[in-house]
Amino acid sequence: MEPMDLFSNYDVLGAFWVTVQLTVYSAVGALVWGTVLAVMRVGPVPITRGFAAAYVTIFRNTPLTILVLFASLGLASTLGITLASAESTTSIAESTFRLAVLAFVVYTATFVCEAIRSGVNTVPVGQSEAARALGMGFGRVLATIVLPQAFRSIISPLASILIALTKNTTVAAVIGVGEAALLMSEMVENESDVLFLVFALFALGFVILTLPTGLLLGWVARRLEVRR
Amino acid sequence: MRLTRVLTAAAVVAALAMVVAACGGGSTDTASLVDKARSDKTLTIGIKFDQPGLGLKRPDGTFAGFDVDVARYVARELGVEEAGITFKEAQSAERENLISRGEVDYVVATYSITDARKQEVNFAGPYFVAHQDLLVRTDNTDITGPDSLTANKKLCSVRGSTPAQKVKDQFASDVQLQEFGKYSDCITALLNGSVDAVTTDDVILAGYAAQSPGQLKLVGEGFSDENYGIGLRKDDAAGTAAINAALNKMIADGSWARSLETNVGPSGYTIPAPPAIPAS
Repeated sequence: MEPMDLFSNYDVLGAFWVTVQLTVYSAVGALVWGTVLAVMRVGPVPITRGFAAAYVTIFRNTPLTILVLFASLGLASTLGITLASAESTTSIAESTFRLAVLAFVVYTATFVCEAIRSGVNTVPVGQSEAARALGMGFGRVLATIVLPQAFRSIISPLASILIALTKNTTVAAVIGVGEAALLMSEMVENESDVLFLVFALFALGFVILTLPTGLLLGWVARRLEVRR
Repeated sequence: MRLTRVLTAAAVVAALAMVVAACGGGSTDTASLVDKARSDKTLTIGIKFDQPGLGLKRPDGTFAGFDVDVARYVARELGVEEAGITFKEAQSAERENLISRGEVDYVVATYSITDARKQEVNFAGPYFVAHQDLLVRTDNTDITGPDSLTANKKLCSVRGSTPAQKVKDQFASDVQLQEFGKYSDCITALLNGSVDAVTTDDVILAGYAAQSPGQLKLVGEGFSDENYGIGLRKDDAAGTAAINAALNKMIADGSWARSLETNVGPSGYTIPAPPAIPAS
């Protein structure tokens, strides 16, 4: 088997495209949900503060494989929450993809939340006190003074979380989402004579996805850094 | 200055890679399996640890299953007692490497003989011919074989496995495939009704059916042939011949059928006629 045959016999690019889609949807979801959690955690209401703290503690410390498997076997199989119409002829494919995104959002949001919280701590307390003295409420202080500065200082840690997420999407293969790791298991099964080539191909694929992410966001972080 | 340093680093990495490749490629031990078994009186055998009825490591650390029985019988014929056997887990993706690196002496782990694998290892046998089959709930009446796989039925199999790929290639327009990392997850989904059938080799399914008596049944309309062989180091002709002789003896003296009867018989699976094993 020649290296080029691997590309003509298998849809390698298609599988990596699913990986990219998983990453992008999960990243957007995790950023939104993680920001909400962070606002809860730094907010003045004890109930939401307690909820966010408990949420982060629980889901950050749960193995991702268990969350993904629970989304499929627990939510979809046992409880019947499938996130796709049961009549559709592609219901399994649609449902597992969405359940995987759900699990990644639930898990990654905890890391985003903690990154934002540390970003909030980089903004000097005097600034929010000054804003409060001008009569601004909690929401307005956060939205106009604290969060914009916090986000600018945490682009590097967010980039690390995004790179980790990209690689974590391979866990979706355990519930059968047709991404890179699933195609790799097929190729390992069939092409045992070129095993190392197959591994190298997928390792390279992930480097191609994650290296530019790190370089680009590193540049953005330097450009937007808050100099104090 | 900077560039030279980068180039030096690259050269070091390349040199290391070559050393690693050289270590991985050549096996220094060229003695045949037969000689090794006779002189050392020990063998390391690769089996599955997680397949009920075939190769299963039980909670108390003992091993049971048809593959385990075959592995032990062959070892005894090679002159190694049970105490001299070390079982090592051989997961599907690692089997060729375990053999070519010499970490195991042979592999008995639902190992289908294929042309790609023959490039890497020698096969003795086949000691069993399995057929891809369907496992359904006992109350199911509308799945009777591959022809009844229509109307948006949901199948389950292990990700990337040959049976899963066969479903994708042949039945993709009529059925949906759920893939999981392990067969036991598929069985969970089958038992709670979110998939209609689990598909893989019949003897593997029979092992799971025997674990949940009365709840699952095998359809029994096989639609492919998988020849299970015993994998050993490439070009070990003497070893291959010795294992083949042991397998022939196992079939002839009835241990072969007895082992299948104990391990997968309780599922109602009909024990097939033994395959013809090359005499040499």
